[in-house]
Amino acid sequence: MTVRARLSHDTASVALGGKAVARALREAGVEIVPVGSRGLFWLEPFVEVRTASGWQAFGPVAATDVAGILEAVRNAAPHALSLGRIEDHPFLKAQTRLTFARCGTVDPASLQDYETEGGLAGLKHAIEIGPKAIRDEILASGLRGRGGAGFPAGIKWNGAADAPGDVKYLVCNADEGDSGTYADRMLMEGDPFLLIEGMAIAAVATGATKGYIYIRSEYPIAIAAMRRAIAVARDKGLLGASVLGSAFAFDLEVRVGAGSYVCGEETALLESIEGRRGQVRAKPPLPVHSGLFGKPTVIHNVLTFAAAPTILTKGAGFYRDLGLGRSRGTMPIQLAGDIKHGGLFETPFGITLGELVNDIGGGTASGRPIRAVQVGGPLGAYFPPALFDTPFDYEAFTAKGGLIGHGGVVVFNDTVDMAHQARFAMEFCAVESCGKCTPCRIGSVRGMETIDKILKEPANAAQMALLRDLCDTMKSGSLCALGGFVPYPVLSAIDHFPEDFVAR
Amino acid sequence: MKAGDVNSAATRGAWSEDRARAAVAPHAAVPGGLLPALHALQAEFGFVPKPAIALLAHEFNLSRAEVFGVASFYHDFRLDGPAGRHVLKLCRAEACQAVGAERIAAAAQAALKLGWSETSSDGAWTLEPAYCLGLCASGPSAMLNGEPVGRLDETKLAELIEQAGP
Ligand SMILES: Cc1cc2nc3c(=O)[nH]c(=O)nc-3n(C[C@H](O)[C@H](O)[C@H](O)COP(=O)(O)O)c2cc1C
Ligand code: SF4
Ligand code: FES
Repeated sequence: MTVRARLSHDTASVALGGKAVARALREAGVEIVPVGSRGLFWLEPFVEVRTASGWQAFGPVAATDVAGILEAVRNAAPHALSLGRIEDHPFLKAQTRLTFARCGTVDPASLQDYETEGGLAGLKHAIEIGPKAIRDEILASGLRGRGGAGFPAGIKWNGAADAPGDVKYLVCNADEGDSGTYADRMLMEGDPFLLIEGMAIAAVATGATKGYIYIRSEYPIAIAAMRRAIAVARDKGLLGASVLGSAFAFDLEVRVGAGSYVCGEETALLESIEGRRGQVRAKPPLPVHSGLFGKPTVIHNVLTFAAAPTILTKGAGFYRDLGLGRSRGTMPIQLAGDIKHGGLFETPFGITLGELVNDIGGGTASGRPIRAVQVGGPLGAYFPPALFDTPFDYEAFTAKGGLIGHGGVVVFNDTVDMAHQARFAMEFCAVESCGKCTPCRIGSVRGMETIDKILKEPANAAQMALLRDLCDTMKSGSLCALGGFVPYPVLSAIDHFPEDFVAR
Repeated sequence: MKAGDVNSAATRGAWSEDRARAAVAPHAAVPGGLLPALHALQAEFGFVPKPAIALLAHEFNLSRAEVFGVASFYHDFRLDGPAGRHVLKLCRAEACQAVGAERIAAAAQAALKLGWSETSSDGAWTLEPAYCLGLCASGPSAMLNGEPVGRLDETKLAELIEQAGP
């Protein structure tokens, strides 16, 4: 009988030798089921082999391990890389996987797999209850945008639905430029139909008939997976003139970015789709009133749209009952940097930063002590271990001078130079600034220069004051959060690690 | 995007109006088609040749300055000539910094004798910075000729360069 094996085709698996593993499996006569990643990245390339007692997991697998693994499976013998049933692994067991429930178990090109595993139930229910009731569910669920700002999704949907006009658009922000984040990529590569279903629900709810998914060019595998899934969805009537045979029409198109971080900002992204420079637009008008091509537009992160099917399937109450304070539902948190168990950890809001990096993440991979954790991407603050009791929640992080952003958690060990990190934040801002406003365009360059001076001159109190002052100006004088939030990493580095800002 | 997308070294740099028109045509009528058109041109020629700017301006009913403004805004579009036969993009962002990206960058610069965004004079290599490749849990990360690479160290880097060939 042919042996079947699930092999992760996620970018991370490919980057770590997954293609050679695939070759070795094929040469051994194994039938490969291509899947996405389970999100336990320290175990990639990750393989599950079908045995008499269910799927048995192995990782990290090199091509040279394949023969031994198959031998062990045949003889029901132990193997050094064996992980047993992966669902029993503590890293997965401790999670509440809603958005990522299917990722790593289904073939991302198979709509049939998707449906068998519970997909499309949300959209079918949505079509039954109609636009107004869908929007009420989303609003009642407490779902907030996962792109960073945490704005209530239901309010956006109502805004677009109520806006006058026949032509309305959805835009999915899959620009995922934040360092330390990869959840959007993982979902598009591992369960693209969930995003399609989520967007179709939003289309029915708002009256939008066309959606764009803007994916960064750094993600070629995600782009291919998404395009393939859209073609399948069109073919099977999930997209098109009549969504699942209903009176609603909706179609999707993938657009590819061109290496600009600021194009993740929603209005810059709209400019980019329209074929212009990715320059930020002044608000108002808000995109829900005048967005893409001047039409009412709902723009959300991948994870926001992808939460909709769960809410429509399980109900607003189920979703709202998870979480903390005004942060409801689950957040796919991404552990990265110098961390032993780096990977995607989906959990209700409320888990503390310390639990995340120490208990779940297992501390550093290098074995060195943790010195700082940057949460929320390049515009997020650096937290010292003294703040590890901060719960993962929008408001709690704001209260501590930080932000949760898109959920990226990057661990640094004690060799990190925090003045260097502060300088990098300014440098990154200078490289990526759209150039529209002075505090960001010029301020970031001055910020770099000032930090250079601080590190050169023994008496630097005046320069330190200047740097704080500059951060103040950038915070209050920038049009968007690129220039406006760069002070978060810079000021947190100064406040929590002042000892690094000395001449050397 | 992938090495295979780019034609052979001999033809990809050379301007051909027919090939440019063919690359642009599917996007000319699409709303906001300028970016897809630029991507298509770059896939065809390995860069966006100067005469293509005029062609795009005509097709999209824009001024040449506007088209140039768009093309030059985005880091991806090369305006001065095609990249080397091998393109190594190294991630310089925070999660990779935390696991030694700067050390890898220094090693790559020394091995290839290139600074950021430089191409070697024999046209063999281009070294580009990247700011996150979505491989932040398995860094330091890179992309070599469109193929992702994770958990880079100096040994693996030297092997990659060696195996890539001339
Ligand atoms: C400089 C900058 C970069 C951003 N990058 C992203 C991004 O890559 N992905 C994203 O979803 N949102 C990003 N945002 C946030 C978006 O502007 C916007 O808030 C988000 O797409 C709205 O989606 P949501 O309602 O799902 O949060 C960025 C914002 C700024 C200022
Ligand atoms: S803050 Fe920076 S990126 Fe944002 S609009 Fe101003 S110049 Fe552009
Ligand atoms: S920071 Fe290097 S891949 Fe994300």
